[in-house]
Parts: sequence; structure tokens; C-alpha cells
Amino acid sequence: MNVEGLLEHGFTAVALPDGSRQIDGVYIGDLLSWVMGRAQMDNAWITIMSNNNVIAVASLADTACVILAEGVELSTELKELAEAKDINVLSSPKSAYEIAVILSGLLA
Amino acid sequence: MPDALVFHFDVDGENFTSAGQASTAIKRNLRQLGLPPEIIRRVSIAMYEGEINMVIHANGGDADVIVHEDCIEIILADRGPGIKDINLAMQEGYSTAPDNIRSLGFGAGMGLPNMKRYTDSIDIETELGVGTTIRMKVNLT
Ligand SMILES: Nc1ncnc2c1ncn2[C@@H]1O[C@H](COP(=O)(O)OP(=O)(O)O)[C@@H](O)[C@H]1O
Ligand SMILES: [Mg+2]
Repeated sequence: MNVEGLLEHGFTAVALPDGSRQIDGVYIGDLLSWVMGRAQMDNAWITIMSNNNVIAVASLADTACVILAEGVELSTELKELAEAKDINVLSSPKSAYEIAVILSGLLA
Repeated sequence: MPDALVFHFDVDGENFTSAGQASTAIKRNLRQLGLPPEIIRRVSIAMYEGEINMVIHANGGDADVIVHEDCIEIILADRGPGIKDINLAMQEGYSTAPDNIRSLGFGAGMGLPNMKRYTDSIDIETELGVGTTIRMKVNLT
């Protein structure tokens, strides 16, 4: 499953500079050090945090994409930052749990 | 033996929102050198945690990354308050970070444990009222 493929399943593209990137696994979390310590490379990272540190962490932890849950939005400035840093960001009105359930089906 | 490659950064203690500039720059530099993604990931996460700590706890400092033939060495030096009890600070969950930092997603007390997790060696020199110097190495072989 690649990141772009999620657009057909109710996710909205916020920034999609690297849509062909493959997703391998999922991590859910809002505490950034937990994400850096526990998320794996190529995971889809589901969070409700939307500050610029999220973009930095996604870049350093090398996740496939950030998925903003609960309809959380990204500022225009951060969208541009995400594009510049090559970070895919999607959003969904659903909860982290509901998103994880969808991804679980898609990645199976 | 060729000279080791050295990257130096001033980490600005005033500017929390730009914290991470040194580690993102390092990530780019190491990529250009063609190092394996997993090595780059370990170096840049360890460095980011250290950089954030210098900003949150020590009002900034200096970061140097040295690319040796057999390892990458990260040296983070600050003139902050020092760490009173290193063993306590190394424990997962221990944090003295204030609430405003927590609301940004930091201050989970996992920074130093992550630095240890992702590097092959970590050495912390600290003196109260003088500062802290952390040396980390990630082996290339
Ligand atoms: N460079 C530093 N200077 C002074 N104190 C530090 C420094 N780095 C870490 N500490 C202390 O060690 C504690 C644990 O650090 P860390 O594991 O990164 O957790 P956190 O940054 O989330 O508090 C910090 O809360 C702080 O008290
Ligand atoms: Mg920390």
C-alpha cells in the first residue's frame, strides 16, 4: 500500500510530496519522544499534534506519512514546510482508533 | 587516512520553534554521503533529542558531528545548569520539563533513553552550574 492509495479510502491530502512511498505498519502517538523511540521507519504515524516539531519528527524518524486524526488541521506555513521537507501529511475526521482499523484492513 | 568530516552547528536556546535545524541539516548531509537510511535515522534522532534538550534545559549550545571512517560521533556541549542525577535523568519517564514544553509533545522523559537506544555508546559529562557535554557514537561497521 502506498500513501497515495489512502486517498481512495476517505483520507485527504494535506501535503503529498512523496505519494508513492510505501507504508509498512502503523504507530499512534502524540508524545514526540515516544514516537521517535517506538515508531519504525516506513510506518504511517497517526497523531493529533500539528506543530512544526511533528514535521521534524516525521522527517527524522523516517515515517511514510503523518495522518492527522480528529479533523486536526495544519497551518499553511506548516503545509509548505512539509512539502519542502518531503513529508507526506494526510488528514481524516476519524479518531486514531478508527483510522488504525481502516489501515489494519488495508495493510493486511 | 583521509581527514574526518566535521559539521558544526550553533543551537539557539531562544528559539524553540526552530529547534531541530541542526539535526535536519545533518540528516541531509549524511544522505548526500550515501550512508544507509537506518544509520542516518539513528544519528538524527539521537541528535534531535540532544538538540531539544539543549534548547529546553540548557539555553542552547554547540553541536558537532564528526564522520569518522568507522563511526559517526555526535558531540553536544552546553553551558546550562548541568544534570544533578544522571542515573535518574536516564530513566524513562523522568523529566523536569515545564508544562508549556509538554503541550508541544516534548517532556516525556524519553529523550536521554532514546539517545542511548539509538547509539552504540553515550558518555555524559556534567557539572552543576557549569554545563553538560554529551558524546555519542554510532558505528558504521
Ligand atoms: N543538556 C541538559 N542540561 C541540563 N539538564 C538536562 C539536559 N538534558 C537533560 N537534562 C535533564 O534530564 C531530564 C531527562 O531528559 P530527557 O530524557 O531528555 O527528558 P525530557 O527532555 O523529556 O525532560 C530532563 O528533564 C532534565 O532535567
Ligand atoms: Mg528531552
